[in-house]
Amino acid sequence: MSKVRVLVGTRKGAFILTSDGKREKWDVSGPLFAGWELYHVNGSPADPNRLYASQTSDWFGQVIQRSDDGGKTWHQPGTPPGEPTTGPGGMPKGESNKFVYDTSPATGKPLTTHQFYDGKQHPWEFKRVWHLEPSLTDPDTVYAGVEDAALFRSTDGGKNWHELAGLRGHGTGPKWQPGAGGMCLHTIIFDPKDPGRIYIAISAAGAFRTDDGGKTWKPINRGLRSQYIPDPNAEIGHCVHHIAMHKSRPGVLFMQKHWDVMRSDNAGDSWQEVSGNLPTDFGFVIDVHAHEPDTIYVVPIKSDGEHYVHEGKLRVYRSRTGGNEWEALTKGLPQSNCYVNVLRDAMAVDSLDKCGVYFGTTGGQVYVSADAGDSWAPIVRDLPAVLSVEVQTLP
Amino acid sequence: MIRVILPPHLRTLAKVDGEVKLELEGQATQRSVLDALEARYPMLRGTIRDHVTLQRRPFLRFFACEEDLTHEPPDAPLPEAVASGKEPFVVLGAIAGG
Repeated sequence: MSKVRVLVGTRKGAFILTSDGKREKWDVSGPLFAGWELYHVNGSPADPNRLYASQTSDWFGQVIQRSDDGGKTWHQPGTPPGEPTTGPGGMPKGESNKFVYDTSPATGKPLTTHQFYDGKQHPWEFKRVWHLEPSLTDPDTVYAGVEDAALFRSTDGGKNWHELAGLRGHGTGPKWQPGAGGMCLHTIIFDPKDPGRIYIAISAAGAFRTDDGGKTWKPINRGLRSQYIPDPNAEIGHCVHHIAMHKSRPGVLFMQKHWDVMRSDNAGDSWQEVSGNLPTDFGFVIDVHAHEPDTIYVVPIKSDGEHYVHEGKLRVYRSRTGGNEWEALTKGLPQSNCYVNVLRDAMAVDSLDKCGVYFGTTGGQVYVSADAGDSWAPIVRDLPAVLSVEVQTLP
Repeated sequence: MIRVILPPHLRTLAKVDGEVKLELEGQATQRSVLDALEARYPMLRGTIRDHVTLQRRPFLRFFACEEDLTHEPPDAPLPEAVASGKEPFVVLGAIAGG
């Protein structure tokens, strides 16, 4: 019988929630890496036992953790304790938490500064890994979206990281600026039909696409409109919160922007708004049903100044028409006195026949729906604030 | 022999209990102690000092002999009591964040 494994990152550690295909009874393990912020925990589609975790702290910086046994044991994939940190010839061996921006002449451009809150140029400074996206085909290849915004890749299981510098170097980098949460690259999506195509999103620069495996990039923000920037229709500067795609239809993208839910039918070349009848179109998460490419989910948040659900009611909104027409899903969710947020990486879907939908809140609840959103139940109620939720569907 | 006390989260990362004891060649300074610490426990690289600049992370401080040595030059000799192992070199997480 199939199983599911839910990987939860929180402000104070990671948790792993497991259940059988009924998704009614759950085992909860954790906290892993207790006391640290776990921005993201994610599994390899090519080997579900291979997990990666971003462990981070304002005190101690960035740590990458890896599990090769589905989360039972973890290790930092760099140089093992007791071994020299340099190899033959004095070359440094793996340091799994070393994220150094590429400023080499080989990339063609000195990538030095971006716009800061005060409007002045500011040096790129690495702060943390927001998102880890393992390759669709190789467990040892994994991409990291980091703050300050850049994309890194490891091809040796997380031991060494190298920047795909063409993203920052494509031309608009000096105009990127941080959102309230920092200047983070938080979304990485691979096109399953085209290995060269990757989508990423940055707050607050916008969405970008490469068609050559990361060498060159272009902004894909036409049609986005953001009232809070000097030119509302600018090529970059939009605070994209999250993007989702269905694997069967990789040219169709759904976006939760700061305000506005958007859709693109041409791989991001242009976007149109599909907020429709949502009570508010501010929010962070967006996801797509595992088997219905036009069924999408969002959790509307009251406003950019009040980061909690609208009217004190925790409601997931579902559209079965790819946007514009939305229905509130409330069964099993608190409908009074609820003031939680659902952050951008904190929703996921499993691929069981009856699609499961999962999300975590800043109040520490993780909810599951085993019927595509019709009804919900809490798996856990009292975790630390949830930063990320991923789910693995296991045989 | 140099004794080093790490904050609990770094002891967990390094998989050590209690103090760390390091043998040091040459003069005991902040830099030589941290170099030796990171050589023996490579998983601590980047957690106390930046990988590239080797600057102390902002929320960590260094104490020894009841003195704050945080802002001492990295190549300044540490107190003799630290160099002889009588007193530990303390890496401390700052109280910050409310």
